[in-house]
Amino acid sequence: MKVAVLIKQVPDTTARISIAGGSVDEGSISKWTISPYDEYALEAALKLQSESGAKVVAITLGPQRSSKSLIDAAAVGADELIHVLYEGSSGSLSLQGALAAAVRKSEADIVLAGKQAADTNSGSTAPGVAQMLGLPCVGLVSEVKAVDGNFVATRSTSSGMERVSVNGPCVFAFDKGDEELRRPNVRGIMMAKKKPIESLSPADLGVSMEDGGVNVESVGYPPEKPAGQTFQGAASASEVVTKLREEANVI
Amino acid sequence: MSVTIVSEPHEEGMHPTLPQLVKAASVIGESCTVIIPGGNGADEASKIQGVGKVIKLNGACFSVFDSSTWSAAISGLVDGTVLMATTPVGRELSASIAAGLGRSVVQDVTSIAPGIKVERPAYSGKAVESISVSGDAVITIRPNAIESAESGGSADVSTVDSGEDLRIAVLEAIAKAGERLDVSEADIIISGGRGLGDRSNFEKLESVADSLGAAVGASRAVVDEWGLPHSMQVGQTGKTVTPSLYIAVGISGAIQHLAGMRSSRYILAINKDPEAPIFGVADYGIVAQWEDALPILHEAIKSLP
Repeated sequence: MKVAVLIKQVPDTTARISIAGGSVDEGSISKWTISPYDEYALEAALKLQSESGAKVVAITLGPQRSSKSLIDAAAVGADELIHVLYEGSSGSLSLQGALAAAVRKSEADIVLAGKQAADTNSGSTAPGVAQMLGLPCVGLVSEVKAVDGNFVATRSTSSGMERVSVNGPCVFAFDKGDEELRRPNVRGIMMAKKKPIESLSPADLGVSMEDGGVNVESVGYPPEKPAGQTFQGAASASEVVTKLREEANVI
Repeated sequence: MSVTIVSEPHEEGMHPTLPQLVKAASVIGESCTVIIPGGNGADEASKIQGVGKVIKLNGACFSVFDSSTWSAAISGLVDGTVLMATTPVGRELSASIAAGLGRSVVQDVTSIAPGIKVERPAYSGKAVESISVSGDAVITIRPNAIESAESGGSADVSTVDSGEDLRIAVLEAIAKAGERLDVSEADIIISGGRGLGDRSNFEKLESVADSLGAAVGASRAVVDEWGLPHSMQVGQTGKTVTPSLYIAVGISGAIQHLAGMRSSRYILAINKDPEAPIFGVADYGIVAQWEDALPILHEAIKSLP
């Protein structure tokens, strides 16, 4: 069995985002990391590796700097690394098409990904890739196991949790789970630096990154919220309740 | 321009976001078609002003959420721009429909104007993207970001049957511990953080929540350190919520937490530290020990007429 994990490199969630000339100033970002939900997907893939003998192939799409996230994935145990090298920005459709082509090329049986990336916060990639591969998608997953040729996953729903079963290949989009993420050891880090990265262009995969339709015209800071009202001391709580009723009209 | 709304199934009838989606549709198109997978709440939907037609999409597959199957059932009925709500189901289903139709998807839009011009937060609310959309796209709209359309419509309701087969089987449903409302469904949320000092103090928040009909949320720190369910976590690796009222008790307001709640309509913060970042986003801030302020708050709520 082969498991593909889709990984995106994003600014660290504590990083300041500076905006200059209507776009994010990437040069000012001090630290890049694997998007947090993708780390849970990677952890689940490594569990399938140790429990079911699966091979793990980590796939990323992005500029040159994002190969670091593949090396980080290799350091904790990813077996193969594929970098779809693309410096530009793209709409969801071409991005999903390129990732789906990379998954096909990797000959993976199932695909794990984070439920959404920490930069775009969209959550479109996993279901979109599933659709393009003709596979079902299970979202908000916290655990997946291979059981008698099926995959059994735990996903959260609005009313609690569900254990679901899928017969055959599938895409699983990961939420944060209870699993402790493994950290690389020195040996892993050393080995990862030697691991080959298969670098492919969208053209190598036979996909075009032109899909038009959606154009990000500018990026700005969110509008400042007008200053709120501040009250000193616990006794003010009853006055605030009156305001919540009469001013805000929310209780 | 034609607009199709896919309204997420909801246990209690029409999904509460539907009137907001109809309002958004009226901004970019003339009248809209509403597709309701499973058909629940179709009559209520037909009475929203601006709805041209309601399609009850019936089928056995709508008993289990399966985005690839549902999108196969829905895609053939779609005409023009597609709108959905940015809920967990909406995010997944919209992306599946978009990819199936060969379209782009724009998620979590907070404003929409003719053209089509939309705005959406990125980097967990640290930035806002202004986007122009040409051609037919699939767009999800953040709950409570746009006002609701009025009632007073009288659209036709028709029924379409779908014979799509599920590809996901539910083996076991694990109900949530307790009957408490989920933070992603609640109109009022009261959340606690490390400032509460101890996990057992969440009982005091629950008691206030019961008086308000609110859900109880938590910061990442206490979910991780005190072993609270992850479903309660509000913030970057938890849930993004947009209730009418968000009450933060003993939460300092780390940037990851603010990312998950700053779009709430009103925010009340109780914290002993006047410098806590949470006060930067609060509409009402009470600088006090929570142990002193919460009982007074609770009494005042209980004595509201």
